Amino acid sequence: MKKLINDPANVVSEALRGVAAAHPELRVDHHNKIIYRGDAPVRGKVGLVSGGGSGHEPLHGGFVGLGMLDAACAGEVFTSPVPDQMLEATKGVDGGAGVLHIVKNYTGDVMNFEMAAELAATEGINVTAVTTNDDVAVQDSLYTAGRRGVGVTVLVEKIAGAAAEQGRPLAEVAGVARRVNEQGRSMGVALTSCTVPAAGKPTFDLAEDEMEVGIGIHGEPGRRRVPLVAARKIAELLVDPILGDLDFSGGAGVIAFVNGMGGTPLIELYLMYAEVVAILDKAGVSVARSLVGSYITSLEMAGCSVTLVKADEDLLGLWDAPVRTPALRWGI
Amino acid sequence: MGANVDVAALTAWIGAFAELVARNKDLLTRLDAAIGDGDHGINMDRGMSAVVATLDEEKPSSVAALLKLTGMKLVSTVGGASGPLYGTLFLRMAAAAGDVASLDADGFAKALRAGLGGVVARGKAEAGDKTMVDALAPAVEALDAELAGGAPLGAALGAAVTAAEGGRDATIPMPARKGRASYLGERSVGHQDPGATSVTLLVAAAASTVAIG
Repeated sequence: MKKLINDPANVVSEALRGVAAAHPELRVDHHNKIIYRGDAPVRGKVGLVSGGGSGHEPLHGGFVGLGMLDAACAGEVFTSPVPDQMLEATKGVDGGAGVLHIVKNYTGDVMNFEMAAELAATEGINVTAVTTNDDVAVQDSLYTAGRRGVGVTVLVEKIAGAAAEQGRPLAEVAGVARRVNEQGRSMGVALTSCTVPAAGKPTFDLAEDEMEVGIGIHGEPGRRRVPLVAARKIAELLVDPILGDLDFSGGAGVIAFVNGMGGTPLIELYLMYAEVVAILDKAGVSVARSLVGSYITSLEMAGCSVTLVKADEDLLGLWDAPVRTPALRWGI
Repeated sequence: MGANVDVAALTAWIGAFAELVARNKDLLTRLDAAIGDGDHGINMDRGMSAVVATLDEEKPSSVAALLKLTGMKLVSTVGGASGPLYGTLFLRMAAAAGDVASLDADGFAKALRAGLGGVVARGKAEAGDKTMVDALAPAVEALDAELAGGAPLGAALGAAVTAAEGGRDATIPMPARKGRASYLGERSVGHQDPGATSVTLLVAAAASTVAIG
């Protein structure tokens, strides 16, 4: 294992120290491993809390700030945070208008957020949870824990964050978040595995000429292992199942998001984006907005995911609204 | 003579479980890496170490207090799915045990059954889903059956360990239907479930401690 770390046991807390030093506009609770907006709680605004295992940076802590999240809870690497953290964050961002939990559909995350919401309710805080589950790689939800929450989570946090910033009430902000999730689909591919610092070894082995199709974001194996092919073919393997799952034509076009898994350079992500757009053109799907970069990662895994969200004018307006976070900032 | 599962016996149980988890940390992590995300041993070891330290520091005086403290600590230190599941197991055991100084054999079995009920409710898993329920449920069944047949707690727990091991091994050919392993579908076949493995250690720890003396 070659990593820029001191002690595997301290990776998350030491990284949070760096976040605090680099972003004085944020407030970091080192004890509870929570990153807050500097001005939280914002009176009268719906508070947005997300969180999850670490190792997906910039998700979620990199999306804390004006127009996006009010707080992010950091778990251990690839391990859900615990209810104590989520409860503390919920109390810390409650400005009287209620709190939205944005939860990726992974068994641990869902159970821990559920326990936190139960605890928050006993303290009189109005919490609504929206679970993201956009991963089309999971086909049979009847026999699985359901589709995983992956790339769309970034777009949900941005768009719901903008809705909250506009002063919309909790039910409406939650509705916007659900709409983005329902209109969003993702699919990912890994070219390499990744190494959890505390484990010290790659989570799975992948030969030089192989790739894993249908991966999630926790270094877990995907659904199929196939020979590595050209980017053009990979783009088809990712986009075709997405287009087969939801009709993306018409409307106000799509938000197209090509995401790096952590170990793939931007030049390859842009190359992939060009391939994705070519497929969308041929399918008659128009792209209204784009996002290209590594925003929801699996440590140093090489590979990418594609997320499409079918937009409407309201969602596009919220997407364009100002945002000021460490990882996303525009319009300010 | 009836068994007397008191605070000292339960503390020994928790301590033995922590030791078994530490000793099998790499095995649990390896099993989890095959069909999950490769952190089960790391997370359980972190949680159980924290539990042992807390029990040592706070020295709870009743059975319910000890079980509750264990559950709360697991919820707040383990994370992942195992935190809420193991945490709920002990919290439900605490609620079922009540504010007593010690449990008899039936009381211990009743508490463990309540713990199993908590795991099922929290995880929404059924038998055959390839989860910890597949080892814990047969263990609880065996414990109840042996006690009903008049066996002493030690022998009943011995039977529970055998049942848990059988349930654990039976997860190998199952396709996973819950948790991260479920995303592998048929590819999870042929792998032993890490949660079923760790909960078998919990039963084994009980057999080696609570029925002694």
